[in-house]
Amino acid sequence: MLESFDLSLVNWSRAQFALTAMYHWIFVPLTLGLGFILAFMETRYVQTGDPEWKRITKFWMKLFGINFAIGVATGIILEFEFGTNWSNYSWFVGDIFGAPLAIEGIMAFFLESTFIAVMFFGWNKVSKRAHLISTWLVAVGANLSAVWILVANAWMQNPRGMKFNPDTARNEMVNFWDVILSPTAVTKFLHTTTSGFVLAAVFVVGISAWFLLKRREILFAKRSMVVASTFGIISSIMLIATGDSSAREMAEIQPMKFAAMEALYDGQTNAPLIAIGLIGDTQQDPMDSTAREDFKIKIEIPNALSYMAFLKADAFVPGIKDLVLGNEKHGIMSYKEKIKRGYVAQQTLIQYKKAKKENSADLSMLRAKFEDQEWLDNNFAYFGYGSYFDPDPTILEENAFKMVPPISLSFYSFHIMVILGGHFLLLFIVVLWLLFKNKLANNKIILWTALWTIPFAYIASEAGWVVAEVGRQPWVVQDLMTTAMAVSQIDTMSVMITFWLFAFTFTALLIAEIKIMTKQIKTGPTKQGGKQ
Amino acid sequence: MKKIIDFYMDGFNNLPDWARSIWFIVLLKLFIFFFIFKIFFFQNKLKKDFATDSERADHVIEQITKP
Repeated sequence: MLESFDLSLVNWSRAQFALTAMYHWIFVPLTLGLGFILAFMETRYVQTGDPEWKRITKFWMKLFGINFAIGVATGIILEFEFGTNWSNYSWFVGDIFGAPLAIEGIMAFFLESTFIAVMFFGWNKVSKRAHLISTWLVAVGANLSAVWILVANAWMQNPRGMKFNPDTARNEMVNFWDVILSPTAVTKFLHTTTSGFVLAAVFVVGISAWFLLKRREILFAKRSMVVASTFGIISSIMLIATGDSSAREMAEIQPMKFAAMEALYDGQTNAPLIAIGLIGDTQQDPMDSTAREDFKIKIEIPNALSYMAFLKADAFVPGIKDLVLGNEKHGIMSYKEKIKRGYVAQQTLIQYKKAKKENSADLSMLRAKFEDQEWLDNNFAYFGYGSYFDPDPTILEENAFKMVPPISLSFYSFHIMVILGGHFLLLFIVVLWLLFKNKLANNKIILWTALWTIPFAYIASEAGWVVAEVGRQPWVVQDLMTTAMAVSQIDTMSVMITFWLFAFTFTALLIAEIKIMTKQIKTGPTKQGGKQ
Repeated sequence: MKKIIDFYMDGFNNLPDWARSIWFIVLLKLFIFFFIFKIFFFQNKLKKDFATDSERADHVIEQITKP
């Protein structure tokens, strides 16, 4: 069955979407976090009446404005791609996301265009309090406008609250609250937004460090660092907590992703967590049943993976091979069995379509299957696996192993994200401690470290998305639709052309942002009473 | 209403240089996205290729159950 998919088209479509999403995500997290940092700074201004706080707020507001303006609407390209490159996917999930994404567009537009205008134009035109409220609403609004797209992503990782309609080939929402309040959606929203908070805190600390290194704007830099590193510590703690619940939830809903990000081939009780590791060279792609775990170097934390996944040190964590081949002792169904069940579901849908066309006597019997919860749970729940079916058992097993996501990429992305997350927390603590001791301005090592941590905050943020999206391959909608099923059958060349067009456009936008921002940073905060 | 219009007009008339550059980039970007990318490269495939929802559904079923 897999031969019917044009892998070149699938891979170019994936590359195009990954490029667009990752570029979009360069701009978004700073907006999410810097909005709140600004709001805290302006709150201090309103509380104290100290004009220095106003000056500080205005400087960071300027950088917020540059980032917001360059990044705005870069996400719209993703919506274009849904309709053109991922039309099967868009149709399949359309009834779930059509309304929420439209609400997001309208809400974001009105909130942001109204309150951002007050934030930038209203300093001398509205009261201090009204201006402060606008700044807070911009911060809250920016984060709220991320809700729906993250709910959509969470639904793809953990589809629920819907029912498949075989007449329209669409999933229809039956429970709005199941969709929006699923544990995956809540965790994803909190983890993603707090990662933006941490990135913004690193950004403010890093740029303030540059001012201290240049011996310029000492009070401005120190005050900015106090706000940002305090915000960074709180956000990092929230990030760790939401990451922890995300891992637990993933171990249950997406055990393959969980196993891949730890490169765990064979399941085990008392599973250790690899704190640092270097994977060996012998990895096969696709792997088979003879594959063995291979690390050149690894430092493990005993029992930590079992505890992280199931809150029990002696819990069994299934490995990649347990999931593909099945493990009767631990009640894990093999991929081969899931593929067969998915194939039954796909064949039933084909038969239903045929019966409908011919108005055959089997029509009501076939329709009834799509209403029967037991049949849905036992067969339709594995619908996407059916694409890997082959009557030959050897090929079937080979196909089952093709469903393993890229292990090295998942493993390294996860570990880079976690290690850098730890570095950021440590940096915030050290910066705050040195500020408290009044020793930061002369500590060049920490100041340079803070400055050079800025690009690493972006790397960690992107790595988080790589874990989430690469780790769930081959699924677009977990267990129901593979990436290959989702892609539109269009000319590969046109996807390649748009890939390079986007690469050029987004790179130009990024260069413009960096140039304008660095110029404004070098200029520094305006003098009292100066134009912003 | 006049107050609101004046508020925006005054804001735009007093934009600093960096903000003028930013607005130029925003407008250029939106033009490229909506008038070049969307029109020439990103037509909705199912809307373009099929006239009715029933045809679209049949096509998608065919695609997701490919033999």
